[in-house]
Amino acid sequence: MRLGIYSSRIFGEANPFAVKGLWWKLLGVVILLFVFTGGLLFDVPRLDIVNETIRGLYFHVPMWFTMILLFIVSTIYSIKYLRSASPDHDRVAVEFAHAGVCFGLLGIFTGMLWANYAWGTPWHGDPKQNGSAITTLVYLAYFVLRGSLSNKEQSAKLSAVYNIFAFAAMIPLIFIIPRMTDSMHPGNGGNPAFNMYDLDNGMKAIFYPAVIGWMLIGTWIATLRVRTKKINDTIQELEDEKLQ
Amino acid sequence: MTWSALFWLIILFSIVNSVAKSFIGERKGVMIYYYSVASPQQIIVSKMIYNAALCLLISVLGYFLFSVLIFNPVQDTLYFFIGLILGSMGLAIALSFISAIAAKADNSNVLMAVLSFPVILSVLIMAIRITKNALDGIDRAASTDEILNLLAINCIAGALGYILFPYIWRS
Repeated sequence: MRLGIYSSRIFGEANPFAVKGLWWKLLGVVILLFVFTGGLLFDVPRLDIVNETIRGLYFHVPMWFTMILLFIVSTIYSIKYLRSASPDHDRVAVEFAHAGVCFGLLGIFTGMLWANYAWGTPWHGDPKQNGSAITTLVYLAYFVLRGSLSNKEQSAKLSAVYNIFAFAAMIPLIFIIPRMTDSMHPGNGGNPAFNMYDLDNGMKAIFYPAVIGWMLIGTWIATLRVRTKKINDTIQELEDEKLQ
Repeated sequence: MTWSALFWLIILFSIVNSVAKSFIGERKGVMIYYYSVASPQQIIVSKMIYNAALCLLISVLGYFLFSVLIFNPVQDTLYFFIGLILGSMGLAIALSFISAIAAKADNSNVLMAVLSFPVILSVLIMAIRITKNALDGIDRAASTDEILNLLAINCIAGALGYILFPYIWRS
């Protein structure tokens, strides 16, 4: 990265810009700075009931987009693991799932915050809320499965299989069932979605960057965790060798 | 609504307990025998077929007992049975596959409940809806979506089980 080379002339050894894939990480940070200022300060359309809580759109919906992206990556790496049996692929699968669950929980909490003002209660038992809660449970079960097998190779293999199976089971829960039932969630059961008429161009200018920005940051967090796990695994292996 | 929820709850418990045995209860010698005589695909498909038949038997028996001991509110018998068949098939397929995963762990009975609950929930929701429509005798077109959806879930779960089972079986 060219920026890294320039900055190394200034900072020398302790160069804070010597980061792999610097441009997209910086892009993510810049986009989110824009989203936080624009999302909280810019004008939004006045709608009944929703009022100012419409700003939740910038912070709630991108969480789900990011979660889906991270889970898709996790599933792809589980498939790759089954074909290659390389521990690198397993690490990517588990850490993207960790980050995905984190974003899913944030999505649930931001949704509860919004529902508290728009619906009157944080937990309304809406099909979409229940579906997302169960999705989180699916991945928690995945972590339980990983933890309950002592043999490392077997745990990686079985959890990869469960990850693929669980991803398929998750699709009806969050994409199909909420659309089949009456739901108060925007975009379901006849309620206007965020892109029908309540989203004007001013909101799109913040919403679309917000999605991209959160996806970049989510990927960054996940890749950092993958590298930390790799270092920890290597340390553990070395210690095991020392003991023998 | 109460009748269909209660009915499926009881069916679910009996099915989980009987299907969980399909891999968990098996002794090691039997497993090795299977391993030597059949391919993994043959084993999982035969387990799924057997378990689906078993589940169907249990649920029909449950329906019989319910109608004798409590009462029989079903107005649309054909659609009730379609829901029963698809629902117990879905539960059987998903649970036989998950029991194969759980059997590899130490405390497999606990793990079975943890792993299967989120996966079978969508099958259960669909089955309860079809049953409820059949109980109320609502127009049959109202259940079409649920039936197609349940059929799709069954196909996906079955296909994934068929593809993924060899990876579990080998270890």
